[in-house]
Amino acid sequence: MNNKTVLLMALLLALMPSLAMAESARDNYHTYCIQCHGMQGNGMGVNIRDMSVQPRDHTDTKTMSGRSDDELFKVIKEGGLSISKSVLMPPWGGTFTDNEIHDLVKYLRTLCKCKYGG
Amino acid sequence: MSEVICKAIHGDRFSGLFSRDFAWEHGVMCRLSIFFVAAISCLFSPPLHAGETGKSILNSRCVSCHNLKGPAPVTLAALWKRKGPDLFYAGNKYKHDWLVSWLQKPERIRPAGMFYRDHIKPGPKHDVVDASTLKPHVSLNKRDATAVADALMTFKANSNLVASEKLIPAPTPIGEMMFDKIYGCMACHQIEPGYGGMSGSEAYTAGKRLQASFMLSYIKNPQAWDPKIWMPNKHVPADNIQQLVNYLIDLSKEDFSDEQ
Repeated sequence: MNNKTVLLMALLLALMPSLAMAESARDNYHTYCIQCHGMQGNGMGVNIRDMSVQPRDHTDTKTMSGRSDDELFKVIKEGGLSISKSVLMPPWGGTFTDNEIHDLVKYLRTLCKCKYGG
Repeated sequence: MSEVICKAIHGDRFSGLFSRDFAWEHGVMCRLSIFFVAAISCLFSPPLHAGETGKSILNSRCVSCHNLKGPAPVTLAALWKRKGPDLFYAGNKYKHDWLVSWLQKPERIRPAGMFYRDHIKPGPKHDVVDASTLKPHVSLNKRDATAVADALMTFKANSNLVASEKLIPAPTPIGEMMFDKIYGCMACHQIEPGYGGMSGSEAYTAGKRLQASFMLSYIKNPQAWDPKIWMPNKHVPADNIQQLVNYLIDLSKEDFSDEQ
């Protein structure tokens, strides 16, 4: 076994846990996001009754098309304050990998049936 | 009834003998037998469930809903199957006296159940808890509750996560503001019965239920305890975690009995 093979195997082993734990965007959304954004993604989650700021309606095409993919990535990873929005949107960087957040952004685009600026 | 019990004791030796002449004498003998057996049972036999240790109760009655050995779920599929809180680190999480009391009279701690998604439905204004899907927790008698609590306190996984955590008791004049406005914890946790979020556990009983070192550690990094939990890491500075935990402890001392 040469050095290249050993290195390749080490790299694969290092990547395996993250690959194994990658979850689909839909599953992540329906585990973490719906508690506030609602089972239907309409911002009407089970937690909202006593909230001072209502969660974003992800099915709102007009509002969601005003947010770029980068902004959506940032607000998921770093929380509402990172884009001058509510603290009630927490940072999920400790829960999702960057790849999972990118997938979530794509999933949000399917919910709003929209793209940035369009 | 005597005949049934008597048959259970004597077998069928006397079946057919319950004639009028025999009945009285046999009835007396039978009742004496029953009394004798009961007396012996009381004197020498253990009470119901005696011999069961706390761990044996956990392994026979609790294991179907609670993870006693770890590890915590590392996939969503495993997370979704969880029916009750993981208990393999219970000795580093719960307060013993609270466990003894709660196990005798269990009341729901998570308004929307263990995994909120399994217990919600769309409502007229927003999603609501579907109470019909929530099941009560089994209750134990005092002896069993104490035995189980004793056993749970020996479950010390994740001791490394609490080893360096120490609460410095202090007044928390802005504790509620911090919990509600600065960190938004109230989005998921109730700070009094019926006020706050539904997907997390009650905040207003946390100080009674949980060890301070656990709260300090869990707020610092929930995923260190439970990698897939739906409580995010809000990167709260250590000083502010101290304030939040002091607030939770103060909050748990308030009397909410009129609001329940």
